[in-house]
Parts: sequence; C-alpha cells; structure tokens
Amino acid sequence: MDGLVRGGAAVVGVAESDLGQVAQGLSPIDLMAQGIDRALADCGLALKDVDGLFCAATQSRLSVLALSEYLGIDPSFLGSTIVGGSSFEYHVAHAMVAIAAGLCQVAVIAYGSTQRSVGRRQASAREINPYETPFKPFLPASAYALAASRHMHEFGTTREQLAAVAVAARDWALLNPVAWEKTPLTIADVLAARMVSYPFTVRDCCLVTDGGGAIVVTSAERARSLKKPPVYVLGCGQSVTHASISSMPDLTVTGALKSGRTAYEMAGLGPVDVDVAELYDAFTINTILFLEDLGFCKKGEGGAFVAGGRIGPKGSLAVNTNGGGLSYCHPGMYGLLLLIEAVRQLRGECGARQVEGCDVAIAHGNGGVLSSQATVILGTQATV
Amino acid sequence: MAIEKSPLQIYLEHLERGELAYQFSLDAGRPVFFPRVLCPFTGSTRLEWRISSGQGSVHATTTVHPPEGPPYNVALIDCDEGFRLMSRVVDVAPELVGIGMRVSMRVHRPCGGDAPYPVFAPMERA
Repeated sequence: MDGLVRGGAAVVGVAESDLGQVAQGLSPIDLMAQGIDRALADCGLALKDVDGLFCAATQSRLSVLALSEYLGIDPSFLGSTIVGGSSFEYHVAHAMVAIAAGLCQVAVIAYGSTQRSVGRRQASAREINPYETPFKPFLPASAYALAASRHMHEFGTTREQLAAVAVAARDWALLNPVAWEKTPLTIADVLAARMVSYPFTVRDCCLVTDGGGAIVVTSAERARSLKKPPVYVLGCGQSVTHASISSMPDLTVTGALKSGRTAYEMAGLGPVDVDVAELYDAFTINTILFLEDLGFCKKGEGGAFVAGGRIGPKGSLAVNTNGGGLSYCHPGMYGLLLLIEAVRQLRGECGARQVEGCDVAIAHGNGGVLSSQATVILGTQATV
Repeated sequence: MAIEKSPLQIYLEHLERGELAYQFSLDAGRPVFFPRVLCPFTGSTRLEWRISSGQGSVHATTTVHPPEGPPYNVALIDCDEGFRLMSRVVDVAPELVGIGMRVSMRVHRPCGGDAPYPVFAPMERA
C-alpha cells in the first residue's frame, strides 16, 4: 500500500476478552474494555499512553464514542471504519498511517460482541434490500452458499472437500484451551449435520458466540522498548468488490486477490514465505477461496488442496490455528481474533498448537458477504 | 434537478405491469442492475430504462432450509440482456434447480400488499 512503510509499525500487545458465552449483562463495550486492559498489560503500557482508538461493533452505532466515554479518554486520532468482519484489518492500516503521520503514538484496536447472549437478531439490525429481501436468502449463509455452488459447478469442488475445512478447524480447536468446540468432528459428521443453505450444513457455518478483544499498535521504534518482542506490520492491502451477493462481479474470485497482491508487494514476500495463515472462515468455502486468491494454490484447486488434512495440525500448511470461526470463536466480526492469533504464533506463545519456526503470518479478514477483503502480513524481528 | 421518481419506484411500477425492467448505461454500453441514479462503470447519469425479455439462465443456486416450513430456492439469474439479479426458481423442487437451467420470469404478487417481485420458472425444452 503506497504511503505505508514496511515494518514501520508493530503490534505490541494482544488479548482476547472473555469468549463463548459471557456473563449476563456484559455489554460489547465491557468486553472491549476487558480486552484493552489485558492487551495493555501484555505490552506494559497503560491507558494514559493510548492516544489512538479504533473499534467497530454491530451493537453500538457510535461505538468509538461509547468506548472513548467508557475509557475516559479523548483520543488524538480515532476511527471506526466498519466493513464487517475485516474492519480490524483495515484499522491496522489506518493506525499505521496515523502513527507514521504523527497523529497518534499508541493505537488500540478493539472489538466486542454479545451476539450469543442477546441473540443474532438483537445483535445486528436487519436491513431491507428491495432486490434481495423478498427472496428470503438466509443471510449471510445463503450468499456464501451461492458462491459455493459456483465453485462446485466450475471446478468440481465437493461437499466432502468443504467438510475437510471444518474438520481441520476442529482439529486445531482441540489444541486450543479457549476454543468453543471441545469434541472431535469427522467429514461424515459435517455432511450429516442439519442442512442450513445447500451445500452448507450447520457445520459448514461459523459459530455464533460472544467475544472480543484488543490489540495495541505503535511505531517500530517504540515497540522495541516494550515487554514482548514486536510483531511488525510488513504489508497491508484491501479491496471492496460489492456489498450484496447479487452484485459480486465473479462468485469464485474474491477481493483477496487484490488485497493479497497489495500486501505481498508491500511486504516484499509471497505465499511461499508464509508460515501460518489465519484466513477468515465464516463458512467452509471461505478458506478455499482465500487459499486460492492469496496464492497458496491455483484457482479451482482449493478443494483438492484442503483434502487429506493438509491444513490441519499435521498438515503442510498451518491454517486457522486457533480453530477459526468454525470451531474456536465467532462473535460476529471475527477479524480482530485473526490478528491476535497471528501475533501469538509469531511470538511462539501458542502451546500445543504452536507452529514451529514461525516468522511470517498472514491475517486475512473478510467482511459482509465476501464483500470487503483486507490482508495484513506480520513478521518477527527476523523479517525486518 | 430533483429526482422526481426513485429508481426503485420505476422498477416496481414496471413489475406491477408484469415487466422486469433494468437500466442500460448509454456511456458504458452495458446493462446496470440494481437500478440506481448513476452508472457504476462510468459515473454517467445517462441511464435508459429497458424491459427485459424475462429469459435467462441460473447462474448460482442454493436451497434454504428454514427452521420451520419447507425448503425453498434462492438463485442468481443471468438475464439474456446481460444483467444478474437474485430471485427464486419456482414450479420445480428446489434441489432440482441447476446451474445453467433456462428460466423465464413471471411476476409474483404476494398477498398482504407487499411489493411484487420477479420469480423464474424453468422454460419448456424447445
């Protein structure tokens, strides 16, 4: 991305809030605050150091105002770009710009959701689209199902291959103590589960949980004096191709193609350099599409690529190592949790699910119905 | 100059007459759907309303299984004039709707006064 300097900023603190099903009465902003408190402790900074504030939420219309009030701060720079689950990958680029321009020094990016506790209907206002709503698509699942139908038609992708994505996510989740799902899953289980929107059963669909968290971003220079090894932002890219699925230009090619290229170019890296890939898995087709569009395999070969446990804990490419939106946590806009896991992998903090020799990670966020794509490439000190 | 009638209103008035209307961008030389006040390909406001033949092909399809009630189809239809819209393929079991299937439009008028919308039925094989 022009104007951003490779490695100019670093993620120095990360933390999840409570996840899964949180205590009754907790608000999304409570969860943001908990995440911020933990993320600041992770890097040894305090709330008084924070002068940049970013957040997005579906349960708070003016979320960054609510969060500023709650924290008792008047940030020098703030942003609440909301483009669905990839919002936080956009925020990383925006924080990096603000820090480079001297508009703020320590930026916090936060998220919180209680969609499981309050119910999805309460968590997201229903929007009427006169050109789609009459047909009662079960959104977002049906939109992704339409994309999957094209992928199956054009490339022969099978339901078993889609299921392999869910199984790999579950295998990773079993290594993650805070993952929502605790029991093994087979391809047969996925196929036999309740059908939601063909070809997706409920096991092809992300979880509906509460959750949130925060990350702390500062300049590379300041990062080196903090508690934990800095994780540098090497590349950022973004793309918006549509808002509604009926306007998606090509149902089998996502904006990840462009966002990935932009991020790789800035990082001076390619898919072959990536040690761990955190790819927004709202539905099983997502992982396949993003593996293709981010260059881990050719277009149309994603189904074959994920088969046979290749992206699972014993596979050749570590993908969605926390268990993903499918089996770890999906509080509505999951993108922040991708960044947290990528940072932890690069720091070597992931215990049983740690990927050996992890120097480059990709966190790829997806928002809307394959609508907004944002890629962040992160690296250890060895990469700068 | 103020907009006298919204693109949606014009679209719905055509549906009331049994017609599926779309816009054609004179500057881009291609159709535009959903209807709007400027062309997303050129930024031009020279958008001409045209009436579709109502014939097209299924581009993508899913069967929705609601918690209550029978499964139903949701599809994206490529109309022969070169624009795509979301719709429902009717007169056939939802799981039998296939990509590439030739379909023809008719206007569905929901009871209870909701706005009419276009649905598609499989065309007879020639």
